[in-house]
Amino acid sequence: MAELTYRDAVTAALRQEMARDPSVVLLGEDVAAAGGVFKATPGLLEAFGPERVRDTPISEQAVIGLAMGAAMTGVRPVAEIMFSDFLATCWDLVANQVAKTRYMTNGQVSIPITIRTANGAGLRFGAQHSQSVENWAMAIPGLKVVVPSTPADMLGLLASAIRDPDPVLVFEHKALYPERGVVPDGEHTVPLGVARVVRPGTHATVVTTGLMVSRTEAAAEVLAAEGIDVAILDLRTLIPLDTAAILDSVRATGRLFTVEENPRVLGWGAEIASIVAEEAIFDLEGPIVRITAPHVPLASSSMLEDAALPSVTRISDIIRRSLS
Amino acid sequence: MSDPATVYPTDTTPDEPSALAVHRAMLRLREFETKVYEIFLLGMVRGTTHLSLGQEAIAAGFAAMMRPDDYTFCTYRGHAHVLARGAPMAPTLGELMGRDGLNGGKGGSMHLTSVEHGAMGSYAIVGAHLPIAAGAAWSATLRGSGQVAVCFFGDGTTNIGAFHEALNVAATWRLPVVFVCENNLYMEYTPIDSVTAVPNPAADRASAYGLESIIVDGNDVDAVMAVARTAIDRARAGDGPSLIEAKTYRHSGHSRADPGKYRPAGELEAWMQRDPIVRSRERLIQGGLDKATMEALEAEVRAEVETALQVASTLPEPSVDAVDRQLWSDGGSRWRN
Repeated sequence: MAELTYRDAVTAALRQEMARDPSVVLLGEDVAAAGGVFKATPGLLEAFGPERVRDTPISEQAVIGLAMGAAMTGVRPVAEIMFSDFLATCWDLVANQVAKTRYMTNGQVSIPITIRTANGAGLRFGAQHSQSVENWAMAIPGLKVVVPSTPADMLGLLASAIRDPDPVLVFEHKALYPERGVVPDGEHTVPLGVARVVRPGTHATVVTTGLMVSRTEAAAEVLAAEGIDVAILDLRTLIPLDTAAILDSVRATGRLFTVEENPRVLGWGAEIASIVAEEAIFDLEGPIVRITAPHVPLASSSMLEDAALPSVTRISDIIRRSLS
Repeated sequence: MSDPATVYPTDTTPDEPSALAVHRAMLRLREFETKVYEIFLLGMVRGTTHLSLGQEAIAAGFAAMMRPDDYTFCTYRGHAHVLARGAPMAPTLGELMGRDGLNGGKGGSMHLTSVEHGAMGSYAIVGAHLPIAAGAAWSATLRGSGQVAVCFFGDGTTNIGAFHEALNVAATWRLPVVFVCENNLYMEYTPIDSVTAVPNPAADRASAYGLESIIVDGNDVDAVMAVARTAIDRARAGDGPSLIEAKTYRHSGHSRADPGKYRPAGELEAWMQRDPIVRSRERLIQGGLDKATMEALEAEVRAEVETALQVASTLPEPSVDAVDRQLWSDGGSRWRN
């Protein structure tokens, strides 16, 4: 068992899959010679050569288009969009072309493309480099959505995304890149669509992803000291969604909380709340509570960004108040 | 501003296929589109159509110069390009009619696709398919397959970002892709020259990407084939992309039943004098083809379209079960357990 950072787990997954499958190629801005602006792709150019690891211009539509055209014709590209906010510049390619072309052609083409992107807040980058936009992707039929929270999951989920025959967006949380964790030895994959039980608990189910997983764990520790025992589920993938794990846990605990970075309106927690309300309302002993950012853009000041994101204190306070 | 455009000679005769075969290919497109317009007005086609009436020489001329495994990427004005690559008429008409046709009823007029014939999709968001075609060309180089991607688009596309992103990266990476602008003078209803900084919207931008400025008479099928052969050979030889501006004119409106009233009086009539099929027909007859043979060919093509319509009319509507099929490669659309 080796210890890797989340950032190194990205590299490890790419190295593992590029060594395993010669049709896997990597493209994006600064991914080759510079090793990525987040230093998630160093050494891959040297290991796999300039044909398979390519720097692109700052042309996000070209990046996704190149990857899609290659994916339709026998190549398995991994495209990097540096910050997930930049998906807005190529959203036509992602939402209209990559997502829909298999369906529109009645299955005449497959598009085995992986789009990696740095998502989320915590680095004081302000409103255009800090958003959590995984719910944009989740709303488009035809896209799978992966949100790893640990180095082991980063490695295993990215590997599975690359092997998947359909389009997968991997939202890497940029605040997690330096975080360390143990990863299994040897080839590692984690199936898409299987949530991880972070901790079992009896009083409530808390569903979360990404950077919010560790904050929710810390909040659970605070609550445990007070005799409140919450279960935490890390969804790991939003599409496919492990609703069975959510419903099973909620049926056991009788309460549901969701913790997410998204602005309030139509964050992914809203879909979870809707599913639980439709399918398990008679198992609930109290209201479903969503813990989100307020419905505002993120500010750059530490004080203001921290005020917007769910914090350990805010998560524990809201759960405590709601359960009392 | 770019250097003076290269205008390729119009007297080049292709080695293959025969001039008559190419004429026949154009006739098939003309008769097909004429029939589509007729059945659209009869209410047999829902949604929309964008016809290539008058632009047949570009689709037929390029297709004649492509290898069977080369890739075509086209737009919502794509019936002609997909048929020119060999997609069968009846399922194509059936798809337009909402039946279980070429795309199983999931694409319609704007998304005709026949991968087995190299028609890799008709793309209905302006500009999107230029980088996708570049990607297929990149794939061909990675796989060493020698395939070329040919990407057709309208004049309006030259002012959208994806055009410039794709041209730049294709030229920088020297990709085997041929970009073909079908300049029919109008975007939808607005003349392209009223909203564009240069008179030749594609050719005048070529120099920005280190490419030769190429203009061809898109209503002269021999000229189109000559320029197509040069560009495709160049791409296949590893010498990079080309950007070709084919000057043409659509005889019909932009879409559906648009009468094209925004066009000045006499313009359509002037372009009808340059109808690519009339010109090709005259050339063949001047070359010694007897009229009876030509008339027999025209009758044969009309009969082919009539038969295709009869077959298309018997195709079933898609099964409602198909609505949640083929989103994913496992054939389904499951997003949760």
